[in-house]
Amino acid sequence: MNHGPLIFLGVFFTFASSWLALVFTPYVQLQHLTAAKSGETASSYPRPIAGLALVGQRVYSRDGCMYCHTQQVRPEGFGADFERGWGPRRTVARDYIYDRPVMLGTMRTGPDLANIGVRQPSVEWHHLHLYNPRITSPGSIMPSYAFLYRKQKIVGQPSDDALELPEEYAIEPGYEIVPTEEARALVAYLLRQDRTYPLPEAEQ
Amino acid sequence: MSDAVAATVEWTPEKRRAYFARERAGIDASTRLPVLTFFAASVFWLLVGTTLAIIASVKMHWPEFLESFSWLTFGRARSAHLDTMAYGWTAQVGLGVSLWLIARLARAPLRWPRLLVGAAGLWNAAVLAGAIGVLGGQMQSVEWLEFPPFVAPLLALAFVVIAMSALTTFGDRQEGHIYVSQWYLFGALFWFPWLYVVANVLILFQPVRGVLQASVNWWFAHNYLGLYLTPIGLASAYYLIPKVIGRPVYSYYLSIIGFWALAFFYNSAGIHHLIGGPMPAWLITYSIVASVMMLIPVGTVAINHHMTTVNHFRLVLYSPTLRFIVFGAMSYTAVSVQGALQSLRTVNEVSHFTHYTVAHAHLGVYAFFTMTMFGSLYYIVPRLTKWEWASARLIRLHFWMTAGGIMLYFLSLTWAGWYQGQMLNDANVPFMDIVKYTLPYLRTRSIAAVMLAVGHLVFAYLFVLNLLHRGEPRRDPTILGDVKEYRDMIGSEGAPQ
Repeated sequence: MNHGPLIFLGVFFTFASSWLALVFTPYVQLQHLTAAKSGETASSYPRPIAGLALVGQRVYSRDGCMYCHTQQVRPEGFGADFERGWGPRRTVARDYIYDRPVMLGTMRTGPDLANIGVRQPSVEWHHLHLYNPRITSPGSIMPSYAFLYRKQKIVGQPSDDALELPEEYAIEPGYEIVPTEEARALVAYLLRQDRTYPLPEAEQ
Repeated sequence: MSDAVAATVEWTPEKRRAYFARERAGIDASTRLPVLTFFAASVFWLLVGTTLAIIASVKMHWPEFLESFSWLTFGRARSAHLDTMAYGWTAQVGLGVSLWLIARLARAPLRWPRLLVGAAGLWNAAVLAGAIGVLGGQMQSVEWLEFPPFVAPLLALAFVVIAMSALTTFGDRQEGHIYVSQWYLFGALFWFPWLYVVANVLILFQPVRGVLQASVNWWFAHNYLGLYLTPIGLASAYYLIPKVIGRPVYSYYLSIIGFWALAFFYNSAGIHHLIGGPMPAWLITYSIVASVMMLIPVGTVAINHHMTTVNHFRLVLYSPTLRFIVFGAMSYTAVSVQGALQSLRTVNEVSHFTHYTVAHAHLGVYAFFTMTMFGSLYYIVPRLTKWEWASARLIRLHFWMTAGGIMLYFLSLTWAGWYQGQMLNDANVPFMDIVKYTLPYLRTRSIAAVMLAVGHLVFAYLFVLNLLHRGEPRRDPTILGDVKEYRDMIGSEGAPQ
């Protein structure tokens, strides 16, 4: 192996082989996936993420929720994703065509969130949980996202969206905790996590 | 000296030795400034990355720790740790070692040293901007590519300049034989920019659709270790083990098989990170096959290094370089065999999504790559600064803190992760019970992180003393035992380190 050009060609072709197999061929297979209708549904799924939820996707990405939570349900019989109630069916490639970036995740320090919008549809629950996870889930090691909330003086009536904190987490009287725009966006994004609709390749 | 002149000289062993010493001194003079710049910057980022690591580790068992700072929230701190370690420490120390090895092995002075210092400046400015971006709220949740998108063109540009200098120096080579380390370095310098540019374009600039981003992501992230860090680590092991021992590499043919099998199989292994995920089955199976086939290059390299070192293992008691590199080379075998097993669907069903994977990643990037780099620096730096290391005791402390720390890290998280995975797959175990089960192991991990931090501080201190020529002047290299005993063991062919 004393020929520079030979080494160069080998280095080039071994790399090109993986590019062909892991990048190009899947591209041909999946790049043109579109939303689809399954037998009984009237509209096509999935639906594009839009509005406040789109801002929330940015917050989810920026604060790294993905590093403790996945957004994928494994097939039945592989792990216990079904038994834990994380989804009625496995997730498939079509479920993610509008995600940018795609945040499948590789770690389950916390539970899977692929269908969290269905499993936990309460806006109030999510705000309390993000403000301090120990309020709703004692023993949790999730970080507090209190920096997405604002403490303000109550002027006249308390705000509609003020958090109803239990006694042991109460703040001084005359003040209230309200979600910022980012907190509301993040909750909108979480509630949008619903991959329970049927798809042609993944009937329930 | 031209060949014609050389032919007229009557070469006695003394003349020959003096000639090569002069040649080496000229080459080292050309690499001194750029290589030391890369080393100094990489040691700085090692300390930054270690600090972020401790913060992230503590937050996992003590969530109230520093909770009011949004810029240090777990997701950002852990990503800033990964990216400063990846691009600040590993990439950069690897570049320094590569440039030095390339010039030495080509027997030619390094091209454009001052331009390289400029490229190092650009690289570090980009890493700094990226780290601030991640902490400040510009992070992208794409594993190993969390920097804000504007950083990627800067890193790519700096890398291309550095690779051009290295490849031009390789082209200047006066040595007809191309040594195994040079194959690996050639591969690393060619593969990294291609990987990095393609991954950034297809994920951040012109995103491909849906899960394709995930497959491109793992093609990149796995190959960052496999096609960039691993070849550099192996290149320095292939160079330094025979150098220190004073014996040639055991088998040329094994090194050929090892290199091409790595180039072909490691390339395609990355999608095993998505087993069970919403990906085409053929794609995952293809990566599993490639992962298992990795046993071939790993086995050949292990046999080759073992047979080169056999009968000389006692030298690890003396040579700091050999001690760190042997630890690294053994870890390489361990992490690769573990990786091949972990890619099997039945094992992955348990280990995926758990701390087991985190332990595995640190066995690779730390126990193999980082330890190999420490060993390389113990060899290279005194040759550039012309000053021996200040203290054998501190080198020993560095070794035991890092070796002990990473073993504790690996064992605690591997154990915790395996049982975490078993429990996750049993729906009768409430989720919070699993969280509670892992807590003692997460605390142990923080202790391990502090041990590693102590080791890094000791190393940084030794490095700065060496740059400043502090400590007693020494005639002999700083080794971990009696110098005379050591010289008798290596004979005249071994390098005095």
